[in-house]
Amino acid sequence: MIAFWILAPVMVVCALGILVVRKAVHCALLLAVVMISLAVLYAVQDAPFLFAVQIIVYTGAILMLFLFVLMLVGVDASDSLVETIRGQRAVAAAMGLAFLVLLTLGVAQVSVGVDQGLEQANEGGNVPAIARVLFTRYVLAFEVTSALLITAALGAMVLAHRERLTPKPNQADWAAQRMRDFAERGTHLGPLPPPGTFARHNAVDTPALLPDGSTAPGSVPRALAARGTVRTAPAHEIDVISHEIGADAPVGPMGGLPAPPAEGPVQSDEWPGSVRPLPDGSEPEGHPVKGNKVSGLFHEPGGRWYAQTRAEVWFDSADSAEAAGFTRAGSRSGTTTKED
Amino acid sequence: MDTTPFIVLSAILFSIGAVGVLVRRNAIVIFMCVELMLNAGNLALITFARANGDLDGQIAAFFVMVVAAAEVVVGLAIIMTIFRTRRSASVDDASLLKY
Repeated sequence: MIAFWILAPVMVVCALGILVVRKAVHCALLLAVVMISLAVLYAVQDAPFLFAVQIIVYTGAILMLFLFVLMLVGVDASDSLVETIRGQRAVAAAMGLAFLVLLTLGVAQVSVGVDQGLEQANEGGNVPAIARVLFTRYVLAFEVTSALLITAALGAMVLAHRERLTPKPNQADWAAQRMRDFAERGTHLGPLPPPGTFARHNAVDTPALLPDGSTAPGSVPRALAARGTVRTAPAHEIDVISHEIGADAPVGPMGGLPAPPAEGPVQSDEWPGSVRPLPDGSEPEGHPVKGNKVSGLFHEPGGRWYAQTRAEVWFDSADSAEAAGFTRAGSRSGTTTKED
Repeated sequence: MDTTPFIVLSAILFSIGAVGVLVRRNAIVIFMCVELMLNAGNLALITFARANGDLDGQIAAFFVMVVAAAEVVVGLAIIMTIFRTRRSASVDDASLLKY
């Protein structure tokens, strides 16, 4: 009974968590806690066989299957908070509560009589006792179960099977396709340029430089560009130099030359309503929107990638960023789609 | 050992699962809530087996587990198929019959 009073609140809290947590993966983990606690309650109630089955089948097989499918569908998939039917959530909660009260009242009024206990039935071990009942009185149901399992396995295979409609391209096909793209559309024939090789920490987020000093657009992974975490090569150079001189020294955009003393935001001449970043990278006053020149995205405060983004230009509002030709970050991909 | 607390816990878990099926939008999470309801039923079965002093309740719970496993296999395969054609696992997106 001690195990019950410890585990019951945990289970109820975790089950309620499944209702409110937004990410499906967290739901699966909370469900795992509930199922393992249930297994312990089975063990407490003289059902060691079902304790093992609960752990192996439910937490081992079924929950892993859930997690597999979640990984396939996209771990980021989370519920939208928009109600399609107005007031549905409140009504569902009220109905659930009413149902719970009804069920509890009904169940609590039933007298189960004297608790018999399973000592007699479990004589000689729980597993042999279950086997004796299962293979005598319930043998037909057991056989039908095997038919059910085979049908389920077949059904899953049929549903998950995908006909290949076109032949699988081999390497020669890929090469021919590449040549065709080059001839028809002028697509670059060789491999994409690698990211910058002079980066200090993670080279992948720094684009390569073309001979004229501009950045090569294909050299950073598309996913990074979409998130807006790409660093520009000049910004990185300043980084290295300021690191060598000492973090406090203000450094201008031209390398080692000290910048003119910064008094307030420096008006950028590029777009109206935009300012250059301050030497220490912090937010210029009144310009909270971050812009990323490489990816062409802007990030508003509170956005998903806002904190990671290194601003090359700061805008005073989302409107002026849009006027400058920047796109709102995250507007390209929906909530349930995966990148790539 | 008392029987009623187990049964009440089972009722609470079942109600939470039922509300989850009504409230959540992600088909996989709805499935998890169905599993929660099945588990709550199992807890009641095992509790009654102990109270009655025979193993029939445990056998029933065992069969429920087997059926739940089969159901999850087929259900998740269906969700995968829907996701492949729709690129979404939300039950709100499968509303073609409405239009």
